[in-house]
Amino acid sequence: MLVDFFLHLKARQLPVSTNELLALLEALEARLVSGSLDDFYLLSRALLVKDESLYDRFDRAFGEYFRGIEALPGFAPEVPEEWLELAARKHLSEADRLKLQKLSYEKIFEQLKERLAEQKERHSGGSKWIGTAGTSPYGHGGYNPEGVRIGGESVGNRTAIKVWDQREFRNLDDTVDLGVRNIKVALRRLRRFARKGAATELDLDGTIAGTARNGGWLDLHLRPERHNAVKVLLFLDIGGSMDDHIQACEELFSAARAEFKHLEHFYFHNCVYEGVWKDNRRRHGENLSTWDVIHTYGPDYKLVFVGDASMSPYEIARPGGSVEHWNEEAGAVWLERLLATWPHAAWLNPLPEAHWGYTSSIQMIEQLLGKRMFPLTIDGLERAMRSLSK
Amino acid sequence: MSNSTLAHIPNDMKFEGTETYVATRDLTLAVNAAIALQRPLLIKGEPGTGKTLLAEEVASALGMPLFQWHIKSTTKAQQGLYEYDAVSRLRDSQLGDPRVEDISHYIVHGVLWQAFECDQPSVVLIDEIDKADIEFPNDLLRELDRMEFHCYELHRTIKAKHRPLIIITSNNEKELPDAFLRRCFFHYIKFPDKETMQRIVGVHFPVLKHELLKEALEVFFDLRDVPGLKKKPSTSELIDWLKLLLAEDIPPEALRAKEAKDAIPPLHGALLKNEQDVHLFERLAFMSRRKP
Repeated sequence: MLVDFFLHLKARQLPVSTNELLALLEALEARLVSGSLDDFYLLSRALLVKDESLYDRFDRAFGEYFRGIEALPGFAPEVPEEWLELAARKHLSEADRLKLQKLSYEKIFEQLKERLAEQKERHSGGSKWIGTAGTSPYGHGGYNPEGVRIGGESVGNRTAIKVWDQREFRNLDDTVDLGVRNIKVALRRLRRFARKGAATELDLDGTIAGTARNGGWLDLHLRPERHNAVKVLLFLDIGGSMDDHIQACEELFSAARAEFKHLEHFYFHNCVYEGVWKDNRRRHGENLSTWDVIHTYGPDYKLVFVGDASMSPYEIARPGGSVEHWNEEAGAVWLERLLATWPHAAWLNPLPEAHWGYTSSIQMIEQLLGKRMFPLTIDGLERAMRSLSK
Repeated sequence: MSNSTLAHIPNDMKFEGTETYVATRDLTLAVNAAIALQRPLLIKGEPGTGKTLLAEEVASALGMPLFQWHIKSTTKAQQGLYEYDAVSRLRDSQLGDPRVEDISHYIVHGVLWQAFECDQPSVVLIDEIDKADIEFPNDLLRELDRMEFHCYELHRTIKAKHRPLIIITSNNEKELPDAFLRRCFFHYIKFPDKETMQRIVGVHFPVLKHELLKEALEVFFDLRDVPGLKKKPSTSELIDWLKLLLAEDIPPEALRAKEAKDAIPPLHGALLKNEQDVHLFERLAFMSRRKP
């Protein structure tokens, strides 16, 4: 019973275990809920999902499984992904492209709203509805000179003027365990133990010596426990060309989270400017001023950048060079500011070291960092950690 | 996992929220599942959404005694079971106290021991488990699973007379181990929407003027929407703020002035607990004032 449901959750990569399924069956046997699907949803969520960041995944999996049995309340009216599945890609000739009517920006959005309201089913091909591989301005995988991309990757035409999902840069997931161990071992080089905090550990040698001095009367000595006292600020480049390196970055992040007690992470895009952000899902709403970051963390922090440093040289050298906004001051100015605040710094680059010479922006950044750029490999990590602990 | 030889908490015990605590449907369901199946319940949520309060309310609603164990960064799992006070025994032996003969005088009972020996079903609160060392939850696996542990000094196994209802809260500062999570039920208290918030406030201030409440909630939710706040004000802060507003007898009109020149809500110290946040807010207020 419910085994199909259980396997479906498993297939959707929810970490559920047999024990939890048995607990769910036990709960049903105890008649904790009546026949309502809503209650069953809440109950199974409490018993099967142990992390709020998996709630969304569970909601989707649950919805998929029980679709048609009863419409679940609380599901936002968003464009279902299946519409956007790449079913086929339509190749247009140059003449066809020109023929396509160019819509104005406002008009596109206005129509998009209307069609979202009207459209109820998956659509592929064709030139009006939202879907895949068509010539309508909405959806993805197709061609329209001023289209709006909804979900999916852009397929090479790269003319979408607004990305529907606001380039949903995935938040770095730190649960990846592949290769994480190796990285942890490398990061361990940066450990620096110090005794800090409350004196809770019995200092045996001190106690024996003290007691002896006391003529046999007990004289207890306590000392604080040893902790890894290294503090790290991690700046991660995210989105755009970094998409290819997401796996490596996730692994690094996962290892670093486990290894350092004092780890603060910030995201940036291509180059650091006046704003960084902590949560990728809300990056457009909740920007942190880089000044605040500079003023918050002391000079004993070690600064680690992770990024491919591949961008247009203007993004580093010129004010206003950023691809995303108007920056008053050049990226180089901000980088120098950060480096002045935290002299212990390293840049980890996921691109192979041999390719660095071919991109001028990589060379510029390497120069700014005083040659402290290292490849994101186990060996590069070890070199970086060694340089950081100097 | 659940041991049928142990006396069960009566099945008809159901938690439905109390007069002073508004519990949403999903929360009551999770609590009742934990009661019926006798598994620990892990509660997460933003600070100030009533995680700790839940244990107190469940205990009082079901008429069970509550044992609280507040976790600090130095707390060890063993301290929840018992501690052997070797130092005072050594001292007593040097002073020739006859109590020294019986080691049980120097076994200090921890929270779990007290709950296990309690003559009626009880509620145990393990508060802010994420504050402890990373190994802490792993060290409690067997104790929470079997509801028993061994006291080596007394050569005795302490077994729960009644399986207590264990409520664990976490602020998400550390990841909890998988093996531990598997044994728990989980509920995330999400931040209440306006409707639930009105009910919560109604529970605390039954005679609050409708006008004032409306304005206050508006200011409150606006404030939560300010980007970049280090600590968003939460339910408990709203309640404190309302208390202050009432005590100072602030009229609703004073809150409505937020668009006008005075953009900072009165007594904002109750809502914003962080100097940087206040500063940020003042800056935003200043900017909005400059706009015509």
